[in-house]
Amino acid sequence: MDYDTIQLLNLLIDVMTVFVLAIYLGVEVIGKVPSLLHTPLMSGSNAISGITIVGAILALQLSVGRESHTLGIWLILFGTLAVTFAMINVAGGFVVTHRMLLKFKTRK
Amino acid sequence: MNEMTLIVKTLYLLGAVFFILGLKGLSSPKTAVRGNLTGAFGMVLAIVGAVLQGPQFSFIWFPLGGLLGILIGVILALTVDFKAMPQLVGLFNGFGGIASVLVAASMIVLTQITGQRETPISAVATAATGIVGAVTFWGSLVAFAKLQGLISERPLRYGLEQVVKVIVGLSALAFGVIYIAPELIGGFDRNLSYWIMVGIASVLGLLLTLPIGGADMPIVIALLNSYSGIAAAASGFVLDPPNSILIIAGALVGASGIILTQLMCKAMNRSLANVLFGGVGAIVESAKGDDIYAGKIKSTSAEEIAVILKNAQRVVFVPGYGMAVGRAATPVRQLFEALEKDGITVDFGIHPVAGRMPGHMNVLLAEENIPYDKLKEMDEINPSFPNTDVTIVLGANDVVNPIARESQGTPISGMPILDVDKSRTVIVVKRSLAPGFAGIPNPLFANDNTLMFFADAKKGMEDVVKAYKEAD
Repeated sequence: MDYDTIQLLNLLIDVMTVFVLAIYLGVEVIGKVPSLLHTPLMSGSNAISGITIVGAILALQLSVGRESHTLGIWLILFGTLAVTFAMINVAGGFVVTHRMLLKFKTRK
Repeated sequence: MNEMTLIVKTLYLLGAVFFILGLKGLSSPKTAVRGNLTGAFGMVLAIVGAVLQGPQFSFIWFPLGGLLGILIGVILALTVDFKAMPQLVGLFNGFGGIASVLVAASMIVLTQITGQRETPISAVATAATGIVGAVTFWGSLVAFAKLQGLISERPLRYGLEQVVKVIVGLSALAFGVIYIAPELIGGFDRNLSYWIMVGIASVLGLLLTLPIGGADMPIVIALLNSYSGIAAAASGFVLDPPNSILIIAGALVGASGIILTQLMCKAMNRSLANVLFGGVGAIVESAKGDDIYAGKIKSTSAEEIAVILKNAQRVVFVPGYGMAVGRAATPVRQLFEALEKDGITVDFGIHPVAGRMPGHMNVLLAEENIPYDKLKEMDEINPSFPNTDVTIVLGANDVVNPIARESQGTPISGMPILDVDKSRTVIVVKRSLAPGFAGIPNPLFANDNTLMFFADAKKGMEDVVKAYKEAD
């Protein structure tokens, strides 16, 4: 897409609004997690940082139809690797967090 | 804009809401399992959104990469020993970082194929993603290698260390600027400048983590966790149009890592700059241990401990990294059960930086089915030490060192500690009088009310369990 300067600044303000508010929200929510659960918090937030999978999928989808281009192979390679790494993060993160959290029990 | 865009945007919004609800669930152990599943559901929605966003489904490569990732991730998650959780989380942080680097790289290739220049927002974000992502990846690999014991946990220090780091950091930034504005030096190849920048940032990742020692790992892991979130958020700015869910989820993780980093720094009474650039591991005091300990150390035996415990009404365990490496959690649980059976009140006092990552001890003890209401935070347990008959310190050292109360002059001055010395009897299970990570002697060992039980953590605790069950 092509943007002029004003459109660009508009776009920047829009995304920064989302970014800044998300950080404040994150601080509020995470601040309430007890130290008891800090390890699952880390592995769980780790799984959420696997959100890069979205960018990886989009990259890979942009490679479709461009395979024959001389640079197309790089698009496929980077996209596939990115999907793999991000998916390890997502799947591994949520599963290991689940495994840990199941262990936190009170007395029967 | 069309209907599909609307559906995709809605899915991203729902995904973000579920992430927030999921993290909110972690505020209590009762809601945590559901919270984690909520977050996972949010991720499914986000993935569906990305698939629908198009332009075309990748029939071969997406399923291939995705299934491979699921396979590796699930195997790692199901086989990991809880003791090794810090290195697994470290490794996952790194994978998040490298994924972001690769996403940004794909977008560069795309601009080269289409011949269209990306927006300035995207260009700046690409440089940021490349640097933060590469630092995260290589920093995490070093953290992993140190925690896994592949390389020494000791800090690697050398002359002009800070100067080298600054020069390398500035070089990475310089190539970032060249990437954003190649006209500055006559149209330098942008793909090349991106990868040079990533290469230099990779070296920076190594340089930043190699000088950090084992006991500072909780801070480094938390910080790298934050970086992996920041890299994800930055890669959201790379895409055109910018992707809200990447930005929101990345910001949440970035915030989470920063909060944990701050908590860990506070629990060590050190600034982040001091951890990253100073490094307590560098201070090797000519230990005056001999003066402090001379003639004052009283050693004890499993049998004597058993008798003391039999007469106790309230017992507190203070575990440290030594319990994790010594695999001593199982005999600790057995002793805990035996004591409770005799009507003795037992609690666990957990220092925020005990172990190699935030919350490490809690996970190890929970794995042994010790009820989580027995796992007390420092501020909660400290007032109860004067009413405690016996405190058993197992594999912890610096976090119970009374020297920390002195305001100046030692590497741990001002660090909040567990006031174990205020309990009636302190039993320290330790192999020798060797200092902890801070490299300073611990006057606790020489106190009148302290008994030293020189033993391997696991073997020692097993002997105590045996002696306790035999004593009457």
